[in-house]
Amino acid sequence: MRLPPGVRGILVAFGAIGIGLLVLGFGLAASGYDALAALSALFRGGFGSGDAIFSGLLPRAVPLILIGLGIGLAFRAGALNIGAEGQFYAGAIVATWVGLTLGTWPQLLAIPAVLVTGIVAGMLWVLVPVVLRLRFGVLEVITTLLLNFVAEALVSWMVQGPLQESSGVYPQSDPLPLATRLPQLSGTRLHAGIILVLLFAGALWVFLRFTLAGFRLRATGAGLRAAAVVGRVRTDRVFGGALLVSAGCAGLAGAMEVSGTTFSLFQNLSPGYGFTAIAVALLARLDPVATVGTGLLIAGLQAGSSAMQREAGVPAVAVRVVEATVIIVVLLADLARRRSARDGGA
Amino acid sequence: MDMALLVGFLAAAVRVATPLLLAALGEAVSERGGVINLGIEGAMLAGALGATLGASAGGPWMGVASAIGAGILVSSIVALVSVRAGADQIITGTAVTLGAVGFTGAVYRQAYGPAGVGLSLTTFPILPVPLLGETPIIGPALFQQTVLTYLAFVAVPILWWLLFRTAWGLRLRAAGESAEHARAAGVAVRRVRAEGVLIGGGFAGLAGATLVLAQVGTFAENMTAGRGFIAVAIVVLGGWQPSRIFGASLFFGAAMALQFLLQSFTLGVPYQVFLMMPYLLTLLVLAGAVGQRRPPADLGRA
Amino acid sequence: MNDVLTLSGITRRFGSVAALDGVDFTLRRGEIHALLGENGAGKSTLMRIAVGLVMPDAGTVFIHGTAVSRHSPALARRLGLGMVHQHFTSIPELSVAENVALAAGWRFRPREVEPRVEQLGDELGLPVPPRARVADLSAGLRQRLEVVKALAAGADILLLDEPSSVLSPLEAERFLAQLIAFRDRGISSVLITHKLREATSVADRVTVLRRGRVVYGGTRGDTSTDGLATHMLGAAPPPRPVRQAPVPGADRLVMEAVSLARLGETGTGLDQATVRVRAGEVVGVAAVEGNGQRELLRLAAGLAQADRGSIRRTEPVSFIPEDRTTEGCIGEFSLTEHLVLVAGEAAPWITAPWVRWTKAESRATRLMAEYQVQAPSAGAAMRELSGGNQQRVIIAAAMERHPALLVAENPTRGLDLRATAEILARLRDAARREAAVLVHLPDLDELIELADRIVVLAGGRLIEAPAGTSRAMIGRMMLGENA
Repeated sequence: MRLPPGVRGILVAFGAIGIGLLVLGFGLAASGYDALAALSALFRGGFGSGDAIFSGLLPRAVPLILIGLGIGLAFRAGALNIGAEGQFYAGAIVATWVGLTLGTWPQLLAIPAVLVTGIVAGMLWVLVPVVLRLRFGVLEVITTLLLNFVAEALVSWMVQGPLQESSGVYPQSDPLPLATRLPQLSGTRLHAGIILVLLFAGALWVFLRFTLAGFRLRATGAGLRAAAVVGRVRTDRVFGGALLVSAGCAGLAGAMEVSGTTFSLFQNLSPGYGFTAIAVALLARLDPVATVGTGLLIAGLQAGSSAMQREAGVPAVAVRVVEATVIIVVLLADLARRRSARDGGA
Repeated sequence: MDMALLVGFLAAAVRVATPLLLAALGEAVSERGGVINLGIEGAMLAGALGATLGASAGGPWMGVASAIGAGILVSSIVALVSVRAGADQIITGTAVTLGAVGFTGAVYRQAYGPAGVGLSLTTFPILPVPLLGETPIIGPALFQQTVLTYLAFVAVPILWWLLFRTAWGLRLRAAGESAEHARAAGVAVRRVRAEGVLIGGGFAGLAGATLVLAQVGTFAENMTAGRGFIAVAIVVLGGWQPSRIFGASLFFGAAMALQFLLQSFTLGVPYQVFLMMPYLLTLLVLAGAVGQRRPPADLGRA
Repeated sequence: MNDVLTLSGITRRFGSVAALDGVDFTLRRGEIHALLGENGAGKSTLMRIAVGLVMPDAGTVFIHGTAVSRHSPALARRLGLGMVHQHFTSIPELSVAENVALAAGWRFRPREVEPRVEQLGDELGLPVPPRARVADLSAGLRQRLEVVKALAAGADILLLDEPSSVLSPLEAERFLAQLIAFRDRGISSVLITHKLREATSVADRVTVLRRGRVVYGGTRGDTSTDGLATHMLGAAPPPRPVRQAPVPGADRLVMEAVSLARLGETGTGLDQATVRVRAGEVVGVAAVEGNGQRELLRLAAGLAQADRGSIRRTEPVSFIPEDRTTEGCIGEFSLTEHLVLVAGEAAPWITAPWVRWTKAESRATRLMAEYQVQAPSAGAAMRELSGGNQQRVIIAAAMERHPALLVAENPTRGLDLRATAEILARLRDAARREAAVLVHLPDLDELIELADRIVVLAGGRLIEAPAGTSRAMIGRMMLGENA
């Protein structure tokens, strides 16, 4: 079948989600849940009402899209960043600390300070994997992944120790001062960060399509040896740079989450954003603009998953099955496309 | 240093190392064939759940059988999608683990109610080996363990023999070093790789059973907490050789058991630091180990 | 049963190209049958179908009179068919014994297998050390191992795919003599080659393939070498470019006492090499594979760092790697993208940081015409092109950098005669345009034809061949024998 690539991509995306939902439905039914009730709760909770969209879907979409953009960039360069979850937490921790410390600063300075330190924290969190990969050839998949666990332990320590709220009772930080909070859309849980994210998506798209640096990044991911040998691309730098940027995105997402949505730090701040964003990026075929779309879709699923838990008793984490299926379907669809192209369609 | 404390620590180290050793041995088989299976974490978790369900239904050995079956089942997805169809191994494995986390969480809640009521399953008893179990210090550490640990010990030479002294093992290694040449020599590369992945899955499932039936005594969501990935690191550290993997697993078992030892010293260090240690240690070791160790040449390539 | 191997009506397409079209081929018992054709004629594909690595779209394979239905290399082995591949198929990290056991399908017990391999080698007159790691063996020994592997499985039919391509001229002669000895032992062989000399010296019968069809079949005495050449090419050979004696200009590459440990698993590395290449001249590197030419060329191009010694080069440098598919280009990239990748920042369609794609595309389209690249458009993906067309694009892009120094690592690998002649003409052209050209070709005749000067690498040491050195002498120098 010869379809224009954009249409094909959208079909695959919806097909993948559809199959994912089917798999979830069957799995739930086989485990004894009321699959139909669960799935309908899932839809309603995510897409069913204005409130669902503005206070459920969109606030979740912001970190998902942002992290997804970063992961997409890294994957495009051939760098498999599976540590976005840990980088997110690194950003959240530092942002919380900075926010609490800079409470007296004016908003115009405080907010950027919080966000920038979040970016830097995320980057620092991926620095060790970058060095290990470039210097010693250790697969970044493993190293970034291991650091996720370290970050989770770190958060636990912070909220039970140095960053714990003043009364010393609950494992969470003090609420962030008003000056460090991102402005919100009144009546909803959506914060101004979404503007930043959308702009970033556009900028990334331009970067990859129209700049030489973006082209070289794509070359590095598509053919590392050829890019280095014949294109004389400094693949090490491109690779490391892509990882740093993607970690910065995750860190920024963490900072935005505490500054714009939760206003404090606690354990399990992230419902698995770092992993879900992988599905978001892959489903969008690593294209920045498409990532916005897939991020919205999957954010809806995530928002719906808590409704699913409330109403049908299905643990929210079950929605991971959909994500996993989505990734696998996209992988297979990609393979099929490549195979048919190779055989010349004869 | 109190002798009883030291012995207790060593015994804990071996006990904690057992699931790591089993998972690493399995992953080594898979990787010798050229397949990095990151779904091993998911397989281990599935094995833990399988052990829980099986043991509740029919006792510990039933649990072991279900665990191995669950591990093989989960790995079969990796075998199908990645080996048979040729999709990217790393992404496939990650997706499978993701899915396994979600699936096991859902199934467990359904079977045992919300908030996972603390089960107490009949676990495997300690089985001291006569004579050897009496030797000072290492006796209790190595030879007063459960039967699953002894199984793991025995698995080391068996797997060595399988890899290096059988025609199947030769075919597997050929597929891992150079799939193209192996194919030219008549090896059914995809089949032998898939077999390697399934064996790895079975071992991972068994490792999950060990967690439930010889350590913790119950299931908890995401209880493997990255042990599968640590096993992948152990394979690297052990240079894809069963005997060295044995040593590396003990090393990590000790690192994880440290928290028990040091907590009784109340150093004023928060316990989370001990939680972080195994992972940080893994990173350190990976940096030092790679370069000296050479992976199978076609590892990770379709 | 006099016919031990029969291929009947074989057709095979790759995409829209018919690699083989209704080919009939028969090997008789106890003969050496040469399968001639230029690169890309379909010889390798035909043999891979015979051995079960590739499935034909139509036609049947008969081995020892039995029609084969579900073919595979394992089945071929059982039926007595052994293939010696052009590029070694032993697994470098495993030992000789392990490779033989694997290829022959023996049960693996090292204590049994190792002495068995040693015995077999001695019997065949091809001794190989069973314990050694294949990665440590020389090219000649690895070649021997390939044959031992095939015969260990009990083959009485041998298919040899360009066996002398990696051997020095002397080793190649020895190998051909070995073939005759095998024939006397009852082993029938198919010798696939594009070298007329080889075919006429040992073959009993000759079949010529051109563009996937059989164009000639006969016994050795039936026709002359020139006649065979005409069959292979379909017409008179392309005219040799006229050579003018160059007046070399400034130094573009100066290497002094440069040493580099080997890149990759095999080879000798480079040992204190000193060479200079000047503008306007073509320097040819003559070497048997694994004697340091890879290191030399990559050092020259700036892709590796020397362990010792000094290198000076004039930018811009263009490098054409041997391996087209993994290093020469990115398969999913279009021709335009390849051009942009290689041409770099100084190209006219780059206005930092932007890429003007339309400008690049129009230039790519014009280059396509200039270099006679057959492709649907400049937007086609590189992997859709044939090897020859890919190489044309690669050369075009390399020249677009206006290189001061052009380094080419076996640029005609796997190309048919026409494409080969074109590429070599382009290299000549580059020199005429004042570039300094450093090139390695495994075919000594082609190299001598192309180069103004020859340097020889043997065991990692570089020796300049004085003007007028004979081909035979160069061949001996390649083996490490001097003066």
